[in-house]
Amino acid sequence: MTAPLIVGVGPAGIRAAQTLVAAGLRPQVVDEAPASGGQIYRQPLQPDGRSAQALYGSEAGKAVDLHRTFDGVLGKIDYYPNALLWNLRDGQADLAIAGRAKRIAYDGLILATGATDRILPVPGWTLPGVYTLGGSQVALKAQGCAIGRKVVFCGTGPLLYLVAWQYWKAGVTVAAVLDTAPASAKLALVRGLTLAPAIVLRGLKFGFDLKRAGVPIYSGVEALRFGGTARVEGISWRAGGREHHLLCDGIGYGLSLRPETQVADLAGCAFRFSARDRAFVPQKDAAGRSSVAGVYLAGDGAGIAGADAAERAGERAALALLQDRAFPVDTARCAALESDLAKIEKIRDMLEAAFPFPAHWAATLPDDLTLCRCEDVSVGSVRQAVQAFGLTEMNRLKAVTRTGMGRCQGRMCGAAVAEVLAGACGREVAAVGRLRGQAPVKPVPLTLEAAE
Amino acid sequence: MSGRLSVDVAIIGGGLAGSSAALALRGMGISVALFDKGFCGAQASGVNYGGVRRQGRPPEQLPLAARAAGVWTRLRGLIGIDGEYERSGHLKLAQTEADMAALEAYAETVSGYGLDLQLMGGAALRKRFPWIGDGMVGGSYCPSDGHANPRLVATAFPAAARRAGAQVFEQTAVVGVTRQADGFWLETATNLRVRAGIVLNTAGAWAAPFAESFGEPLPLSRIYPSMIVTEPLPPLMDVNIGMEGGAIYARQVARGNCVIGGERGLVLADPDFSRPSSDGARAIMNRAARFFPALQHAHAIRFWTGTEGATPDKNPIIGFSTTTPGLIHAFGFTGAGFQITPGVGEVLAELVRDGHSPTPITAFSPARFRPARSPASPGLTGAQDQNNQQKSEQREGFPS
Ligand SMILES: Cc1cc2nc3c(=O)[nH]c(=O)nc-3n(C[C@H](O)[C@H](O)[C@H](O)COP(=O)(O)OP(=O)(O)OC[C@H]3O[C@@H](n4cnc5c(N)ncnc54)[C@H](O)[C@@H]3O)c2cc1C
Ligand SMILES: Cc1cc2nc3c(=O)[nH]c(=O)nc-3n(C[C@H](O)[C@H](O)[C@H](O)COP(=O)(O)OP(=O)(O)OC[C@H]3O[C@@H](n4cnc5c(N)ncnc54)[C@H](O)[C@@H]3O)c2cc1C
Repeated sequence: MTAPLIVGVGPAGIRAAQTLVAAGLRPQVVDEAPASGGQIYRQPLQPDGRSAQALYGSEAGKAVDLHRTFDGVLGKIDYYPNALLWNLRDGQADLAIAGRAKRIAYDGLILATGATDRILPVPGWTLPGVYTLGGSQVALKAQGCAIGRKVVFCGTGPLLYLVAWQYWKAGVTVAAVLDTAPASAKLALVRGLTLAPAIVLRGLKFGFDLKRAGVPIYSGVEALRFGGTARVEGISWRAGGREHHLLCDGIGYGLSLRPETQVADLAGCAFRFSARDRAFVPQKDAAGRSSVAGVYLAGDGAGIAGADAAERAGERAALALLQDRAFPVDTARCAALESDLAKIEKIRDMLEAAFPFPAHWAATLPDDLTLCRCEDVSVGSVRQAVQAFGLTEMNRLKAVTRTGMGRCQGRMCGAAVAEVLAGACGREVAAVGRLRGQAPVKPVPLTLEAAE
Repeated sequence: MSGRLSVDVAIIGGGLAGSSAALALRGMGISVALFDKGFCGAQASGVNYGGVRRQGRPPEQLPLAARAAGVWTRLRGLIGIDGEYERSGHLKLAQTEADMAALEAYAETVSGYGLDLQLMGGAALRKRFPWIGDGMVGGSYCPSDGHANPRLVATAFPAAARRAGAQVFEQTAVVGVTRQADGFWLETATNLRVRAGIVLNTAGAWAAPFAESFGEPLPLSRIYPSMIVTEPLPPLMDVNIGMEGGAIYARQVARGNCVIGGERGLVLADPDFSRPSSDGARAIMNRAARFFPALQHAHAIRFWTGTEGATPDKNPIIGFSTTTPGLIHAFGFTGAGFQITPGVGEVLAELVRDGHSPTPITAFSPARFRPARSPASPGLTGAQDQNNQQKSEQREGFPS
């Protein structure tokens, strides 16, 4: 029998692998990264002497446990690190490993592909020195370097305060934290104290530590602009009815996350619009079964729910796969995982209320702003195309304007394009649809050669 | 939209065949409703490779292709944009002596059609197109061919038709057509009932069932040409490249991406859809890197396929139905309709208005797929269309 394939070794993928191994299966596991951990528990590229505590802070225990768990199953799985899964079809997955093509057969697929940062363009967002929040964190975690000497973090979402705090802890000057959410939104956190005290207190501690260290924190930030000529030199914004400017040499920016759904799309999964994520996500049931038999979804890739949820969803999805193959499964454990996940969903609702996406921005973006940076398409040219052709749908917009047609295939600009299109044609963002995923999931070399 | 509507001409399918016909008909003052089950230009016409070439077509297509070439040069005036149309020339390469002999034979056959083909051997080829890798025996260059951006052209034609007064219904599938005493009645999935004197069946790969429903089984299969596109690269390919034998075809767009086609996609469970096969895509990529050394370090950023109707003799089906007066077919362009369909629209408009076209289309008559028997006598389609019908009795392409 062909073994199941797990895509992604973040918390979801690791727990899925562990669960399948415990049942006596030998899963195949693929990840583009060189080591396990996914985004949150990403490991340094080279051991550099930093402790787990230094790297993962309050989450060090979970990180160590997950890394150990994965190391523990290494002999019992077929693991392909540094391997991009770029296409799949009919039980065959195509990988690119160091310029070589490799095809593996699978029976059963657990997608734990995680998330990437979500952004809306703002003036100056393409200047060197501007990073996403996640990217800023990757630089720190994996490479042990900072994106600047004097850094501003802006946007919204739990990562905003976390990454700012991690930079401050690492000794980098954090010049300011600019939260686009109004201060009143943070009341949701206070209300959420009973729901998830540990999470809320941890978040509040980040803010408190930063404040105590003298880092100015602004809420309700509007009209963000990143300035500079050859690279970023400063940032301007409006808050509390006043204009503000600050010099800096690095900016971390992001508006929460977006699920990485390309592979699910290629696998034929049906999608639904998630009002909370303001994005189309692959449909799944409480156990993680997708609309396609034998394809299971876990973690942020199926809807942003965070690392703790990802661990549970990974285990639950693996158990679902086992159930569907008539393995004996601890049903009480399944029920407990599902009830945990349902509870975490409520926490996510609370966090989303505390860090709302500034959907009203899209209408205020200036026409000359670059929207799709791969193909160099401006906000104005999208609006014009909508006017000229009466466009109301993402793939038609892509056909006419090239948005989402470049190297990133809309993975970076897609969310913003949907917002601008929806605004320009006067529809809800749910109504403009989504860019259909196409292989290759990421660019592959033309000379990609077959491996034996 | 539900309700009722009455027009001179109803067009099923808003690809380039249908939308260019709609535009041409409006130019003649004829009322038109254009229907597409999805978005106009979102199928083959909008997702194809973008080759605007006459070179390589069978001689019987060349008069129609010449007609279309005229439309391409008037594009901006017609549809308001240039569609990134470039007369870059089309260079067909030969990898072997046998391929070269085939190119020479072709040049001989079509010498009377004004393609002005320039044959060149390996040395001349290398001198003129140094970016082509070694190993080519020679090539044939057609200076007046070129390429364009299908996504723009296929969107702009229906938009221009709409501006010219055509009623364009997108996401409005035609689910049934019948012919009654007072003309055709079309029914849409949105509960619109449309009466029309003439119906154009330009439904692309989906056209056969409409013919079939009028007792006219026509052999239409489906093909799924497969494409890859590279990241933007510095200017390199200044012509549209084809290859004898069809290993790949390639062009570079103004933005810098190289669009490279070849192979066929894999059809999905729903045959309306297909996906590039990984092996096919890699075959195209590897060949491109071999034939064009500058691509050796490039990345492919995207693959795609499209759904196209194909006929057994590789010629399209264009002309009056052999069973049903007032029904005109234009489909089955077999992977080569992008260049030709803008001209087909003009021809279709002439068929509607005059019953015949000065452009020879006999070779494309649906009758060629019909077992020999006497043609159906054209009946009347209602008062307003009598004129058309009478004219159509002497029309070109009607079986004799
Ligand atoms: C940059 C970044 C930083 C984050 N940092 C934090 C943080 O510090 N704290 C926090 O609470 N949350 C953080 N998050 C959110 C966090 O990612 C998750 O909640 C958690 O990691 C989700 O786990 P997961 O298993 O679903 O996916 P991930 O941990 O994201 O793992 C997904 C894995 O799948 C792999 N993958 C995806 N597609 C392919 C493919 N086609 N081929 C091969 N491999 C593939 C990726 O390489 C990745 O390793 C971060 C998110 C991002 C994007
Ligand atoms: C990938 C690819 C590459 C190609 N490359 C080239 C090239 O380089 N050069 C070249 O000359 N040709 C090329 N071709 C061929 C060319 O694209 C086609 O021949 C041409 O576009 C056909 O046009 P059409 O209008 O007949 O069909 P289509 O563009 O497919 O239009 C038919 C329309 O009918 C609609 N329709 C179907 N059924 C219904 C219904 N029931 N109700 C309402 N609407 C309906 C469809 O939605 C569709 O929009 C290529 C084709 C493909 C797929």
